[in-house]
Amino acid sequence: MIIPNELKYTRTHEWVRAEANGALYVGITDHAQELLGDLVFVELPEVGRTLAAEEASVVLESVKAAADAYAPVAGVVTAVNEAVVAAPECVNQDAYAAWLFQLEPANAADVDKLLDAAAYKAAIDAQ
Amino acid sequence: MLKTTVLNAAHRALHARMVDFGGWEMPVNYGSQIGEHHAVRRDVGVFDVSHMCAVDATGADVKAFLRRLIANDVDKLKTPGKALYSAMLNESGGVMDDLIVYRLDDTDYRIVINAGTTDKDLAWMSARLKDWRLTAALTPLKGEREAGMIAVQGPNARKKVWAALPEIQNATQNLPPFFGARIPVSAYGELFIATTGYTGEDGFEITLSAAQTEKLWNALLAAGVAPCGLGARDTLRLEAGMNLYGQDMDERVSPLDAGLAWCVDLASDRDFVGKSALLAQGQRHVFLGLKLLEKGVLRARQKVRALQGEGEITSGTFSPTLEVAIALARLPLGVVAGDRAEVEIRGKWLPAEVVKPPFVRNGKAVGAK
Repeated sequence: MIIPNELKYTRTHEWVRAEANGALYVGITDHAQELLGDLVFVELPEVGRTLAAEEASVVLESVKAAADAYAPVAGVVTAVNEAVVAAPECVNQDAYAAWLFQLEPANAADVDKLLDAAAYKAAIDAQ
Repeated sequence: MLKTTVLNAAHRALHARMVDFGGWEMPVNYGSQIGEHHAVRRDVGVFDVSHMCAVDATGADVKAFLRRLIANDVDKLKTPGKALYSAMLNESGGVMDDLIVYRLDDTDYRIVINAGTTDKDLAWMSARLKDWRLTAALTPLKGEREAGMIAVQGPNARKKVWAALPEIQNATQNLPPFFGARIPVSAYGELFIATTGYTGEDGFEITLSAAQTEKLWNALLAAGVAPCGLGARDTLRLEAGMNLYGQDMDERVSPLDAGLAWCVDLASDRDFVGKSALLAQGQRHVFLGLKLLEKGVLRARQKVRALQGEGEITSGTFSPTLEVAIALARLPLGVVAGDRAEVEIRGKWLPAEVVKPPFVRNGKAVGAK
């Protein structure tokens, strides 16, 4: 299980990468893709949609199950990764390269409240 | 506490993802479910099916017993070794289990029943035997007589099994589909080899003593056979249009409403448990396949809308071979293959085509338009 140190995480298995300009890249963790198994369908939110923190925003379907991914913090969707829609398996191949959407956070400080790598690892181990 | 098969440690050594399957801890995949699925369609894969229960049914009255117990007629089994798929019904015509019976001779049959229904089935069978005052012995291959069962499936299955077990080639190379044979002596002790399966591909199901099972499993892996989990087993059986007990039918469902009329013998004057209920009820639903015409994945319990009314998906998945979502569904009478239907997925009604299963046989799409 890979948990890069430089990213932030949620208890619902999203990762967040904050760019210098404040934009957030959001994806699902390696642990999440492993739990789901081979992904075959991804539905992303519309660009411009305003998301509340923890709002279901992405549908992920694997051969065995369907799951949602949630907005890690409140914000507006500024871009989505169409490559993931075209080839959902790229999330299985590299969950941290295959970002799902970009979010402009309503409050940049919200990101600091997310889990760091050690806290996310602890959260998984406790499950 | 979950039950484990004799191959549990072998699965863990391969880093399988283990799940609770009807009270058994079983491998769902060893990495990629889709990869395992393709291995079976294109080459060869092996499944641990030791959770299923083989039962030897022997004795003077065993044929009469089976003719009364199950919906299909074992009298059809004229050749020694020939196998039969059947439903076992309760008095109200609901499916207690689906099973395979091999006729070795008229006083010696082997029955293979599902894992989750084993205790219930054995109790039911023993009670009927007593009620009907028939003489037969039912011996499950569990406990003291513990057996392992592995299914080697795929176009190269025979070749790979013979590479690991050259001494059985002569005895099995002319075994037609849906047969079983006892091999008294091999490097792995006594074997029962059957040309039955649950994938729509050629292959062997091998039953042997628990003590020999891991050795044969490892020999097959060493011969290049891919270990495959229950995840791939489910997508393979669904593509092959085969029902899963507990999902496509159960005790509340008539076999006539689960696409199993072909193996229910209502024509002859033989009586069997559930027959009078089936004759009184008749068929109330059709059971057909669906192919989703848009992106998405079909799942069990999704609602289906057809011209004739509403129905329900009983099994659904994404087909790795066809690369579309497929399903088995219970639909109103009158719906036929070629019709359009709609399936509700997350509040949206998406178009689907009604088709006659199977979707895939021997590696090829069936009835592709």
